[in-house]
Amino acid sequence: MIKWQDSARADIDIITDLVKPGSLILDLGCGNGEILNKLISEKKCRGHGVELYHDAIVACVEKGVPVIHGNLDDGLNDYEDHSFDYVILSRTLQVVHKPHLLLREMIRIGKICIVSVPNFGHYKVRSYLFFRGRMPVTKELPYQWYETPNIHLLTIHDFYALCKSENIRILKQINLIRGSRKSYWAGLLPNLFAEQVIFTLGQT
Amino acid sequence: MNTKKIDNQSVGIVKTRYHTFAEPPNKMELENGEKLGPITLAYETYGQLNKNSSNAILITHALSGDAHAAGYHSESDGKAGWWDFMIGPGKPFDTNKYFIICPNVIGGCKGSTGPSSVNPETGSSYNLDFPNITIGDMVKAQKHLISFLGIKKLLSVAGGSMGGMQVLEWAIRYPDSVLSAIPVATSARLSVQGIAFDIVGRHAIYADKNWNNGEYISQNKIPAQGLGVARMLAHITYLSEESMFRKFGRELNSEKREGYNLSNDFEIESYLRHQGKRFIKRFDANTYLYITKAIDYFDLIRDHGSLKKAFQNVLCKFLVLSFSSDWLFTTEQSREIVKALRINQKNVTFCEIASSCGHDAFLLRNNHMEKMISDFLVHNYNQPECQ
Repeated sequence: MIKWQDSARADIDIITDLVKPGSLILDLGCGNGEILNKLISEKKCRGHGVELYHDAIVACVEKGVPVIHGNLDDGLNDYEDHSFDYVILSRTLQVVHKPHLLLREMIRIGKICIVSVPNFGHYKVRSYLFFRGRMPVTKELPYQWYETPNIHLLTIHDFYALCKSENIRILKQINLIRGSRKSYWAGLLPNLFAEQVIFTLGQT
Repeated sequence: MNTKKIDNQSVGIVKTRYHTFAEPPNKMELENGEKLGPITLAYETYGQLNKNSSNAILITHALSGDAHAAGYHSESDGKAGWWDFMIGPGKPFDTNKYFIICPNVIGGCKGSTGPSSVNPETGSSYNLDFPNITIGDMVKAQKHLISFLGIKKLLSVAGGSMGGMQVLEWAIRYPDSVLSAIPVATSARLSVQGIAFDIVGRHAIYADKNWNNGEYISQNKIPAQGLGVARMLAHITYLSEESMFRKFGRELNSEKREGYNLSNDFEIESYLRHQGKRFIKRFDANTYLYITKAIDYFDLIRDHGSLKKAFQNVLCKFLVLSFSSDWLFTTEQSREIVKALRINQKNVTFCEIASSCGHDAFLLRNNHMEKMISDFLVHNYNQPECQ
């Protein structure tokens, strides 16, 4: 089993900015609860996280962030329709067994969904595979193929295609390079230059 | 002397105290409509109540537990209270910060009014004249004690197994009096399988001639055989296959053996018999009948129509904990509680703690359990209304 990694997550501030104060939040794969902690303390939000790993749950409790132990691969069918203002999935889509089903569930449960994904179409990832002929190991995706929790890697274009087939509307797209949204190139050609993208999604 | 055990993390030598209330004619009304009084609750406290009485935590015990949750009764006392590793200076229930109260339940046999107590109206023990008590009655009696101690709102109510049932009942029955709740290894209603085990345990007692329809105190006999077998059976349900195998395996008592005999030969048999023998020295058979019935009858879904309705008016924060190898009070049962709280938009945290120790896990040291309970309490204690 891969241990939950306490990695620096560039999208915490941006996701916090996207959320309206006082909202009800469901944070799927909430890790050590940093995003929720910020939303609760800075934006007076309520809600809880769902997390699989014990160390992460213990870290949430340490912060006073409500968290429910659970596996996203078991589904979310005991959550009611439109029962949360926001459903957040931060850098977790690529680790679940059935990303399309999870996205479908998120859209059902949340009024707005916020999803952040690492971009496997980034030019460095492409050149790593092209020139070295081996599965890319990068700062964003730091695992060897045999131990990676990222079992469903995707490019930004793959994400567009999935949203289209699932009838999911992309409300906003924020392209990031090294955690910054101010890159000209990432804005121009996100599938080539964005390392990570944050989407807000809604129903069509 | 066990000065080694009484270290700076121990609450030290403690004394059980007694509070009597519901003196006739002001008897306490029970859930079944009958009235009981006077009622005595045995209880212990650890730590100091602060000025505004906002640091009180009620610990509720399980079936065979009692008021002695921490510390030692004397210098020569070899055995600490049942949750000693959880309660003390610097421990999760930190007696440097909190005032801890642990009462023996009504119906119990360790100092609180129960079937073996003397009925003042007859001058002899109640035995089966003792009214049927429920988890709700236990909680109602505890509320009397809490009020007597001058506490309006508990910082937390915490307990495992039947103790967890009392925690849930507290949160539902007295929403304004509970700031946080920690139900551990518990359920909103016992499984049918759990009820079945309790039934067999009770039948072991009924079948003991010495039980004599509950009239054994006057005969100077105790239904030791029946109570011992009930405890042996129950003890199996507290362990997991893995923990049993690890502790005892299929080991035999003697190495030299030809064929088999019908005497005590497996290690696990010695262990269970030992548990049974120890239990009969400290527990009353009629109390066992009454309390297991109270557990079996506890059913929040039946009482409230649904679990969602049961929790709709609770106000406290919840930390719900289960253990992965507990097959008596399963994780699924905890999840039902969590789901109902969540749908009601209550503040709930849940963790299934990894353990191979079965239901007993809540009585054993576990880093995750200790840290989560400790941190959860600190966050609740740091709220403005507690300071």
